Amino acid sequence: MSESYDRGLVEDFGRWREFSAGMWAWVFHKFTGWVLVGYLFTHIAVLSTAISAAGQTQAIAAENDVYTTVITALESLLVVRILEVGLLAVAVFHILNGCRLLLVDLGVGLDSQDKSFYASLVLTGAIVVASVPTFLAGVF
Amino acid sequence: MAERYSSFERGGRGWLWQRITAGFLVVVLAFHFFLLHFVNHADEVTFALSSARMTDLTYYSLMVLFLITATFHGVNGVYNALVNQGLSGGKKRVVKYTLIAASLVLVVQGIRTANAWAGFPTF
Repeated sequence: MSESYDRGLVEDFGRWREFSAGMWAWVFHKFTGWVLVGYLFTHIAVLSTAISAAGQTQAIAAENDVYTTVITALESLLVVRILEVGLLAVAVFHILNGCRLLLVDLGVGLDSQDKSFYASLVLTGAIVVASVPTFLAGVF
Repeated sequence: MAERYSSFERGGRGWLWQRITAGFLVVVLAFHFFLLHFVNHADEVTFALSSARMTDLTYYSLMVLFLITATFHGVNGVYNALVNQGLSGGKKRVVKYTLIAASLVLVVQGIRTANAWAGFPTF
């Protein structure tokens, strides 16, 4: 039989000081999820410039078609590169915590769910820091 | 009796599909980031390079499936988050159909974009 677990309302963010690891994981997963779905719509909108570029053989060969021009212009901006590092952080945390959630759903490692949340955070930090040189390459 | 905290409908398949798409996305999102930031670099993107990848039918199919699963997972996640915050009744129905319409627009536009690179009709 399942046991009752009164975690209180995590939606009541005013009591954040009382949040446990699992509640922070829930908040971070929601936040990163909102960012990722927002980015998905933006991503497709920007990539859609490829539709206008298709068929412009000469411009594509000269690399001055609208798609190549837009992406190159965006990638030349430091703020875009920094936002991409932020996107990586958000995506890596969502992936790692998502794996943790799949394990929790399957009842695997329930006793260590708080430790696996901390591990997700640490691993996200490590992967993001290690990726900074790649993400900023060529912008300066 | 235990409290039920889930925002998914009891007996519905939303929960299961959210998990199935999650399992797929964990692998494909990591692959997407790795391929387009570490193997190829974002600042070296050109139409010709994107096109070269997308003319491979295996890659094209994977990206279309990626688009559909990511859209479902993301939009279903947004819907569940809103239900979790207390969305109900008529507003819930309006939000549901707005999100379905937005998803269809996103998937169609994404497929048109993939077709532009693959040399298929963009209709």
